[in-house]
Amino acid sequence: MTSMVARTAGAAWRRTDWRSWANGWTLGTMAIALAVMVPVIAVITLAFNPSDDIWRHLASTVLPLYIGTTLQLMVGVGIGTFVIGVGSAWLVTMCRFPGRRVFEWALLLPMAVPAYVIAYVYTDILEYAGPLQKGLREVFGWTGKSQYWFPEIRSLGGAVSMMTLVLYPYVYMLSRAAFLEQSVCVLEASRVLGRGPWRSFFSVALPLARPAIVIGVSLVLMETLNDFGTVDFFAVNTFTLGIFDVWLNMNNVAGAAQLASLLLLFVVALIFLERFSRRKQRFHHTTTKYKALPGYRLAGTLGALSFAACFIPVLLGFLLPSGVLAAYAVTYFDDAANPAVLAHAVNSVMLSSLAAVLAVAVAIFMAYGVRIKGGKVLKAVARLASMGYAVPGSVLAVGVIVSLASLDNAIDGFFRETFGISTGLLFSGTIAAVTFGYLVRFLALSFGTVEASLNKVTPNMEGAARCLGHGPFSTMRRVHVPLIKSSVLTAAILVFVDCMKELPMTVILRPFNFQTLATFVHQYASDEQLGEASLAALAIVGTGILPVLFLSMAIARSRPGHGRQGKMS
Amino acid sequence: MMKSWYWRVAAAFLGVVTLHLVAVAPASAGEVNLYSSRQPFLIEPLLDAFTKETGIKVNMVYLKKGMLERLKAEGLNSPADAILTADIGRLHNHAKTGLLQPVTSSLLDANVPAQYRHPDGLWYGLTVRARVIFVHKERVKPGEVTSYEDLADPRMKGRVCTRSGKHAYNVSLLASIIEAKGKAAAADWARGLKANLARRPQGNDRAQVKAVFEGECDVALGNTYYMGKMATNEKEPVQKKWAAAVRIIFPNQDGRGAHVNISGAGVTKSAKNKDNAIRLIEFLSGDFAQKIYAERNFEYPVKAGVPLHPMVASWGEFKADKAFLAKVAEQRITATRIMDQVAFNN
Repeated sequence: MTSMVARTAGAAWRRTDWRSWANGWTLGTMAIALAVMVPVIAVITLAFNPSDDIWRHLASTVLPLYIGTTLQLMVGVGIGTFVIGVGSAWLVTMCRFPGRRVFEWALLLPMAVPAYVIAYVYTDILEYAGPLQKGLREVFGWTGKSQYWFPEIRSLGGAVSMMTLVLYPYVYMLSRAAFLEQSVCVLEASRVLGRGPWRSFFSVALPLARPAIVIGVSLVLMETLNDFGTVDFFAVNTFTLGIFDVWLNMNNVAGAAQLASLLLLFVVALIFLERFSRRKQRFHHTTTKYKALPGYRLAGTLGALSFAACFIPVLLGFLLPSGVLAAYAVTYFDDAANPAVLAHAVNSVMLSSLAAVLAVAVAIFMAYGVRIKGGKVLKAVARLASMGYAVPGSVLAVGVIVSLASLDNAIDGFFRETFGISTGLLFSGTIAAVTFGYLVRFLALSFGTVEASLNKVTPNMEGAARCLGHGPFSTMRRVHVPLIKSSVLTAAILVFVDCMKELPMTVILRPFNFQTLATFVHQYASDEQLGEASLAALAIVGTGILPVLFLSMAIARSRPGHGRQGKMS
Repeated sequence: MMKSWYWRVAAAFLGVVTLHLVAVAPASAGEVNLYSSRQPFLIEPLLDAFTKETGIKVNMVYLKKGMLERLKAEGLNSPADAILTADIGRLHNHAKTGLLQPVTSSLLDANVPAQYRHPDGLWYGLTVRARVIFVHKERVKPGEVTSYEDLADPRMKGRVCTRSGKHAYNVSLLASIIEAKGKAAAADWARGLKANLARRPQGNDRAQVKAVFEGECDVALGNTYYMGKMATNEKEPVQKKWAAAVRIIFPNQDGRGAHVNISGAGVTKSAKNKDNAIRLIEFLSGDFAQKIYAERNFEYPVKAGVPLHPMVASWGEFKADKAFLAKVAEQRITATRIMDQVAFNN
């Protein structure tokens, strides 16, 4: 497989010596990466405070349970999102079957639904007191719980299902983009050499898409790890729940920070292992021959199966929950139609857009800095900067608070001593703090997406541009950014949608009298009264859909040789 | 051309956001800044009434997790003047961490009984809620369940529902048992209760009554005000049926009394608007606000003589556990560890 990709070009290019005058990139990348890492470092620092011998207690009681449950959750969600995401991406990209064109974008829709909302909706439907079990009891004349078996929604399996349903779009999106970028030539070569469609998929297409799929699945796993809302609601005893228990019930923030640091270490190790396992592989595209995609025609049973495989995730992950929300919104219209919802929506959209622009700009700068400088240290620092994604939101928020407040208080102290005036808190409790928090948390999304895409651009491009007299910045702006345009957009929209749903950081970092749609929904949902916030919940979903649709169009157009070309200015 | 368009949009965004930032930055005169862990929809009517009466504007951040860490990190520069929380544990932790300052107010001393306030005035209770037992009207005979201890008796096997053992309300209850009977007895109680559960701990207190109504279990632990909220729920009338299916048992009336918890407030050490903060807490402990608490949220007012909601009154008078709440709060860490040891949530 790797014979298909250039292994040596990159190495040869890196030996050239023009990078020595691009030192600004190293410094800039380092500085930004370190700034973003500060809150994570603050959490790790907290872990060094005394923690009342918490470990012996935990190890002898609930720690094995936390770890076991978390691993099961990760494996379940990982496999679920991989199968649904990659499978559906392959189907809609390479095959022709009824509804394909709609599924291309519809498969992304569940991304707009927050996990805590979908968990609430399904609990309402599927629990013992819900309409489904009630109906079954009436039809079959059962009178009690002991007379029949029904899967318990508030369980590990329930949590796996809920998270899989709203998280698979990450894998779908990234693997679809990867499949679209693949040259059909390699697939055709594989077929000509006698491999069937299945084996070609497993031995050529899938390995070629590996970096993208890995990023998709690791984003999913990090989301899974730091989820609090769903596991709390379902009473699934994960590691994250344990962190909060130690923090809030035992009033032991140091112990919680230790647990969070351990979690972080685990994630870093996992990512390192994956990278290590493919350290000798390069994934550049070497051919410019992009023919129209084959479009294997699937009719009859195969067509129907493909349709079902794509329809079910959309139905369960989007249509059903938003239908239920819409029904709530109609029932509770008088309570839900709060004029403040509009103001909250404006806040949400503004803040999320700002964070998205910032996260993408930083990601491009850092990814490009790593590309042209390529030093081991720089690479490691840039990757560590996206670790915020693996820290539970509330814990990370404490890291942000602690670091921003220390900065504020240091500035204040300096001004008091030097000029005798107090500056107060400049950043803490402002929109800037929330935006910084979003950046720290979601840089992984934008950096991962941009870096994966940038890696596929062959280094020969740099060579050519640099020979033609362009400096690194100009090369980045005029060659790379246009080439990876669709990934940049993908990154921006991923961050936007995630910020729209973001809860714990917004709650802890926000200024006075400031609400977003998510915090508004939360105050009701936390009391299990989603009905009254149904309109706001729908607004989160609705605002998320538009950019997602836009994104889908952009991805479809992004295939080299397809759609509008040549407008790269 | 494309480029300038992008830049203009970006600049416009920055502009709008900056305006926003300025608009929400709190000024200092005639204001009071509040960090609250009580949901805005519960306390906004009270704060509006306060502003109407005094002209003092109330700025609020609603946050549960992280309030203590935020206050601590912000230090003396924190804009917060007062905190408002729904559980003694949080008040206690804030006081212990040195984030609150002592307040002396003859009005507060008169309104809030000594049992419900900090001896040095670091915090003041504003409302009282009892942790009671909801039992099914028919499936549980009168006298069958009269105490917390009954819930852990083997005869209740498979009949009890409760929310997470780690929720603040259950942790507080267990802490009160530790305070009353010691650690070993409390662990036995938690183990017995765990053995009697009809399902894994889950949902909030309301969801337990729903489960009793649906026949999943016969008895449930819950806070009193949930009953009032369900029984009067016009928005979701089915909840009235849940409430109608159960009756309230105030536990341990022949012994130490029912465990009570408070919601309360304190003035922060960093307060720039200390006088306004005290005025707000005084207002919340006064007749008018206490009546709103009682009527809208079905809580028990701390101030003597404030009328109860008729429904709350209909549940009858009860004897409250007289243990000093700050001492109960001291037992919360032990209580949490016991919940781990008996694997309560597994």
